[in-house]
Amino acid sequence: MSATTQRSDVANKAALVQPATERPAYDRMSGIEETSHVSSELQDERRSEEGVEEEPEIDYENPFRYMFYRDRKEWADLEPVPQDDGPNPVVKIAYSDKFTDVYDYFRALLKNDEKSDRAFTLTAEAIELNAANYTVWHYRRVLLQALEKDLREEMRYITAIIEDQPKNYQVWHHRRMVVEWLNDPSEELEFIAEILSQDAKNYHAWQHRQWVLKEYKLWDSELEYVEQLLEEDVRNNSAWNQRHYVISHTTGYSDPSILNREVQYSLKQIKKAPHNESVWNYLKGILQDRGLSSHPGLLEQILELKETHCSPYLLGFLVDIYEDSLENTSGDQVEVLSKALELCELLAQEKDTIRREYWSYVGRSLQMKYCSDDPSTTSSAPETDRGSASVSVHQETTCNS
Amino acid sequence: MESVSSPLRCFGECHTAEKYTDDGVETVTSVEQRKVERSIQEVVSVYKQIHSLPPTLLRDQHYQYLKKGLRHLSDAYECLDASRPWLCYWILHSLELLEEPVPTAIASDVCKFLARCQSPTGGFAGGPCQAAHLAPTYAAVNALCIIGTQEAYNIIDREKLLSFLFSVKQPDGSFVMHIGGEVDVRSTYCAASVASLTNIMTPTLFQDTPTWIVSCQNWEGGLGGVPGLEAHGGYTFCGMAAMVILGKEHMLDLKSLLRWVASRQMRYEGGFQGRCNKLVDGCYSFWQAGLLPLLHRALFKGGDSTLSLQKWMFEQQALQEYILLCCQNPAGGLLDKPGKSRDFYHTCYCLSGLSVAQHFGNMDLHHELIVGREENRLVIVFSSLQAPSHPVYNICPEKVAQAIQHFHQLPVPVPAQKEGSSACNTTTDHS
Repeated sequence: MSATTQRSDVANKAALVQPATERPAYDRMSGIEETSHVSSELQDERRSEEGVEEEPEIDYENPFRYMFYRDRKEWADLEPVPQDDGPNPVVKIAYSDKFTDVYDYFRALLKNDEKSDRAFTLTAEAIELNAANYTVWHYRRVLLQALEKDLREEMRYITAIIEDQPKNYQVWHHRRMVVEWLNDPSEELEFIAEILSQDAKNYHAWQHRQWVLKEYKLWDSELEYVEQLLEEDVRNNSAWNQRHYVISHTTGYSDPSILNREVQYSLKQIKKAPHNESVWNYLKGILQDRGLSSHPGLLEQILELKETHCSPYLLGFLVDIYEDSLENTSGDQVEVLSKALELCELLAQEKDTIRREYWSYVGRSLQMKYCSDDPSTTSSAPETDRGSASVSVHQETTCNS
Repeated sequence: MESVSSPLRCFGECHTAEKYTDDGVETVTSVEQRKVERSIQEVVSVYKQIHSLPPTLLRDQHYQYLKKGLRHLSDAYECLDASRPWLCYWILHSLELLEEPVPTAIASDVCKFLARCQSPTGGFAGGPCQAAHLAPTYAAVNALCIIGTQEAYNIIDREKLLSFLFSVKQPDGSFVMHIGGEVDVRSTYCAASVASLTNIMTPTLFQDTPTWIVSCQNWEGGLGGVPGLEAHGGYTFCGMAAMVILGKEHMLDLKSLLRWVASRQMRYEGGFQGRCNKLVDGCYSFWQAGLLPLLHRALFKGGDSTLSLQKWMFEQQALQEYILLCCQNPAGGLLDKPGKSRDFYHTCYCLSGLSVAQHFGNMDLHHELIVGREENRLVIVFSSLQAPSHPVYNICPEKVAQAIQHFHQLPVPVPAQKEGSSACNTTTDHS
């Protein structure tokens, strides 16, 4: 349809002029405000393409020129409902003519609760103008059911919309509803993989994928898919999350051979790229419930890695192992505490200074909790700055790092 | 009060060493991260050469941008036509942070507009004649509380609001965002926020909600949008803030949450990322950094005596530098990162984050750390003047207190189903 073509021409031109805008995660909550020169450019496009309509007539040169609903004979029976913002509007949007026209008619349909094919067609126009209008989407779903529309065709429609606007909540929710009605997930994993091939971290895509896997029990090839993604980008945190998701919902981590396999896989990835935070978080994540210090040989392996593959994440992981040891091992832990405090100090002062306040706090907490001395000898005067530099000062204990 | 006229962190000789280490293994993630770091480096080096002044919040420019937007928006905002109460809130909150008064006439006009956004069956919609939705409901109630007049409070139909909340409540404790809509943890925050401010909480309204929110906390320590999903700053804030409102924050693993959020501050940029191994974004200055005051208070409540008495557990100076140097549009408005366009969402959350970074408060203590000129100081989003000192609602504490005081004089409504009639069809308000 020509209207669609016109719009995408405008959008394409805007894309060339504007800096590439990564649409934020909260797409529906952030605006796209272009700098002023682009804005006027967009407006010029609109004006020249739509012209100044006077009387509707058959344009023999371009019979498919866009026609406003207010000029369409087939819609003459319906009285458009203008938006009523009141006499002194606020946050008033300078809608284009086309936008106003389409939504005036949408409101009319809503008011009359019209359930017709022309209403259905109009929802697509309204969606194209603002795909975040959840009221329109809901109405479209009402019509899909009332008019018993072809859901396979709806799948094709929603596929195209998502390809175009993959960071929108409504489009994914709509797809989920259609899949549920059809009770057919057969296209889903491939479709989502296609979207993820364009943006491997699209949150909505992953959310939809997790729903499909769980609802239809399609776990069989998912771990393989995750490994492929990690092969492409070992830093893809969404893929690491998916790994955890799949294993949690299939074998679980209780089986020692599974757990060990995952530990080995993680260590392998660490050796390849030691400064990848995701893998360190994963390793901790899978071991923490059982206790980091209880996994045999792990501490030794990490200490070995420290020589050649050190990173702030490795050091933090050591703190975690030591803390777990303090928590779960009885007997004299003075040395362990001492090592943990030393690492906190190292991280705070040198290796991870952006988190200085955090590591200092961790050090103080460990000291408070595990210091063998009477904790009531510690200073608790409110004026004392228990801030950055004070892992081992201002305290009258013998637990020095 | 500590004023930083001393050298900026990003001018320090150690700063370059904080750049991303890709271990010789290039992936999309590392390539994108390095691009951003290069652009930040560029901004910082230009700033070094040109400016002898300390970093300055462009108050006047932001004020003009906000003042205009409160009345008129270009057609670029068609994509937010279903979020107009959000635009009211983002702009009003930004103005309140800048301590710019809203003229009485405009305040009244906002009230009248939001009244038109209220659904006949309760709750607020994205615009007149649209269906009620928890997000614009949250925004509308917050905007009305910022205005804080009797006219504003009277707009809210509390009985219908309660019935709307019940209508979107799910058996498992979660809420859908709107009738026929999606579930995620944002909805629990929106519901808890409006219910607590307007005093419509009933014993059953949030039954099972804390348990559901807890199930959103994952192996990373943060929260995802629904159980199973990757930990994400926006959702984590919503979940934690909702738990604080419901008084159930201790059901979360606070230590893991703290570790996760502290790790989200970018060592080079100084700002926060939304998820591990993703890029910095100015809006996370609030969603992520705003978690630290909440955690501080929760840990304190839990008996922790090792908490700092002066600082939040993130690098406050570094965040302020990121916002002031990298997130301001010279013509007014704030943004995600250099190269991005300004918008009201980022203006609101960059300023909110700047306020959090400037002010530390715990019970009767208040400690300030202002990067740059004195005049950069913003209004606090939490209060040290009363027991609840936390940025839960992200509106100024005086307005929170005033609203709570007003609505607590009114009885909690008894929910009843009512059908309203209006120019707008009611069919789409129900499933």
